[in-house]
Amino acid sequence: ECFKCYSLFCSFRKIIFEKQWFYLDNAIGHIYGTTFEVTSGGNLQPKQEVEEATTETKEAGTDNRNIVDDGKSQKLTHDDIKALKDKGIKGQEIVQQLIENSTTFRDKTEFAQDKYIKKKKKKYEAIITIVKPSTRILSTMYYAREPGKINHLRYDTLAQMLTLGNVHAGTKMIVMETCAGLVLGAVMERMGGYGSIIQLYPGGGPVRAATSCFGFPKAFFEHLHEFPLSKVQSLLCGAWSAEPEETPLLGEESNGLGEEKQQEAEEEAAAETAMESSPAEEPDTVEEVSEEVECKENKEKENKENVREKQMKQWERRKKLKEAAALLREKNADGLIVASKFHPTPLLLSLLEFVAPSRPFVVYCQYKEPLLDCYTRLRERGGVINLKLSESWLRNYQVLPDRSHPKLTMSGGGGYLLSGITVLLEQGRAEGSTPEAPKLEEPSSKRCKLEELP
Amino acid sequence: MSFVEYGDTIKDGDTAIVFLGHESMFPVKVQHGTVTQTKYGVIRHSTDLIGKKYGSKVTCSKGGWVFILHPTPELWTMNLPHRTQILYSTDISIITMMLELKPGSIVCESGTGSGSLSHALIRTVAPTGHLYTVEFHQQRAEKARQEFREHGVEHLVTVTNQDVCKNGFGVSNVADAVFLDIPSPWEAIGHAKSALKAEGGRICSFSPCIEQVQRTCLAMEEYGFTEINTLEILLRVYNVRTISLQIPDLGKAAEDNSSSGFDSSKPSHQGSPCANLQQGTVQFKSGVPLREVVGHTGYLTFATKS
Repeated sequence: ECFKCYSLFCSFRKIIFEKQWFYLDNAIGHIYGTTFEVTSGGNLQPKQEVEEATTETKEAGTDNRNIVDDGKSQKLTHDDIKALKDKGIKGQEIVQQLIENSTTFRDKTEFAQDKYIKKKKKKYEAIITIVKPSTRILSTMYYAREPGKINHLRYDTLAQMLTLGNVHAGTKMIVMETCAGLVLGAVMERMGGYGSIIQLYPGGGPVRAATSCFGFPKAFFEHLHEFPLSKVQSLLCGAWSAEPEETPLLGEESNGLGEEKQQEAEEEAAAETAMESSPAEEPDTVEEVSEEVECKENKEKENKENVREKQMKQWERRKKLKEAAALLREKNADGLIVASKFHPTPLLLSLLEFVAPSRPFVVYCQYKEPLLDCYTRLRERGGVINLKLSESWLRNYQVLPDRSHPKLTMSGGGGYLLSGITVLLEQGRAEGSTPEAPKLEEPSSKRCKLEELP
Repeated sequence: MSFVEYGDTIKDGDTAIVFLGHESMFPVKVQHGTVTQTKYGVIRHSTDLIGKKYGSKVTCSKGGWVFILHPTPELWTMNLPHRTQILYSTDISIITMMLELKPGSIVCESGTGSGSLSHALIRTVAPTGHLYTVEFHQQRAEKARQEFREHGVEHLVTVTNQDVCKNGFGVSNVADAVFLDIPSPWEAIGHAKSALKAEGGRICSFSPCIEQVQRTCLAMEEYGFTEINTLEILLRVYNVRTISLQIPDLGKAAEDNSSSGFDSSKPSHQGSPCANLQQGTVQFKSGVPLREVVGHTGYLTFATKS
């Protein structure tokens, strides 16, 4: 399973993966799921199903009472093995040689022999399977390789989020995440290009390094909007507008964006080395930024066309921003998904304002304590029911004849979820739209009572 | 409303969820002139429900009130009439992700049972996908068809009344994914393989017992499935409680009131950190596991046809 690799097609590129280097050129034209062998020179060759070299009369011991660890059971030395490798001998043959030169192999039990072969195969046979990207693949991969980038969100927890949030085609979802765009990608996959998504982002722009790994068609991005988290409060109290702040905002924005793009590029580069996959097609905005930077540098001989182009792009961006703001202002979103490194309470208290009644919401947090706080504050606020704090446990099994048991190691933690359903806020409460003020009116205490009674 | 499309207001013929309180709810079929009894009194559909917004609070005849919720597959799972043992949302969520389901996916399922998983599958593959579900029990198959009609999703599902182990799914080379929840899944692996598209797809089998898993894995291997992987997922739910623990009297407090500083629970919130000491308790919030939880539902075995 550690030979699972994801990569976008990109020819004439050297890929390094699991201490192996190879070129992907030969993989083009094969169906997903094809297994390749890495041959000398880094070429990939579709692996043929080989008859397992079954020794006719299988010899095996029954127990290990006479097996002594003297460190001398393997007759081949390190140098011998290295020599075999340097000669370009197939991994399969090296494994066979190791077996033949192991004095204890025949005394091992059948199960132990199996285990020995499996271990050696893993080490010497360079086999690579190319698979299609999906939430399943990417979320397991990120959790295994880059858990810090996704706030240790385990894949089964992500699966719970998508289900609890009733994410499906045709909905209008609000997503606030700092998980490299993995959660956004998962939501986009489930919506299949139907409906709309408004991504709220901190800082200068949304990070979508993981999103680009999905290889979504362009059409999926047409209804993907983004809005800065730092403007949410002004949007809520009606003070937001794209126009008045125009000049300062634009300067700040382009700077911020430049920075962000750089960050994103770094992020992507990091993801690349981490996953040892080739980078996704650069988002076209990168070009845009470099143009912008260039444009700044050549300010003196500002060429009119460039300025016009720049203005066009700014206008475009402002239009997109206005669209996102308009969508939020309707306050009729079909769900809210939060998975970030920030404290969830202020996010929830503000962002729930944008969600229609009778819609689900889910918040992820790596730690339980902030969600305890969030739970309490949401109860005080009202307008939510069926609050549930949960965690999922995942256990993998080895299933083999007479050798089935849970896998020896399991993940210690995959984070916690707080989920619930919105309902109409009491009259008068909705008006104020000051979710911070603690609400201790009669209905909320009554509701608590109602809910706490079993 | 439908189970695949949100609506704002409650309409005649809708299935709505009446929410009475924590974990206490039930579905109603909204109909002009009908009344529903709750422990808080009567709900009159014509005046109390129809035309109201989903998520509204409805006051019942005895002055108590309930919330009316839009149906979702998850709420349906918690409230549906059981005809069989059902799959719950925790298992459903990992099944959906591991089978790589999304809008447009074609899925085969057997048995249909009470339709808990079916509703979730239909929700995920809509509007362009399809579910082929096979149930050998005639009454259950008929009941499922009726529910799909009532829930506005009949165009997305085909229910077939036959034995999947003998006759398969009734389709071949069309599915992106197959799900099996039957007593002897190993007898259906061959049919599952032929239901899946020629270019491949994913399969999942749910079994409560490890012996069933073992036979299923052997069958999967025999039919050339790869990436065979068995897992189990469990949900742990926490109650949020404020806990007070009493501070033991070690006979110190009286003489030593400059204090050990142990009571640091909320010094910043309370002006006087001694307040708690005087009460003799420390308060904190905790997520407390339920007294009894689900310890096992079933093993989920996934594999790939490629």
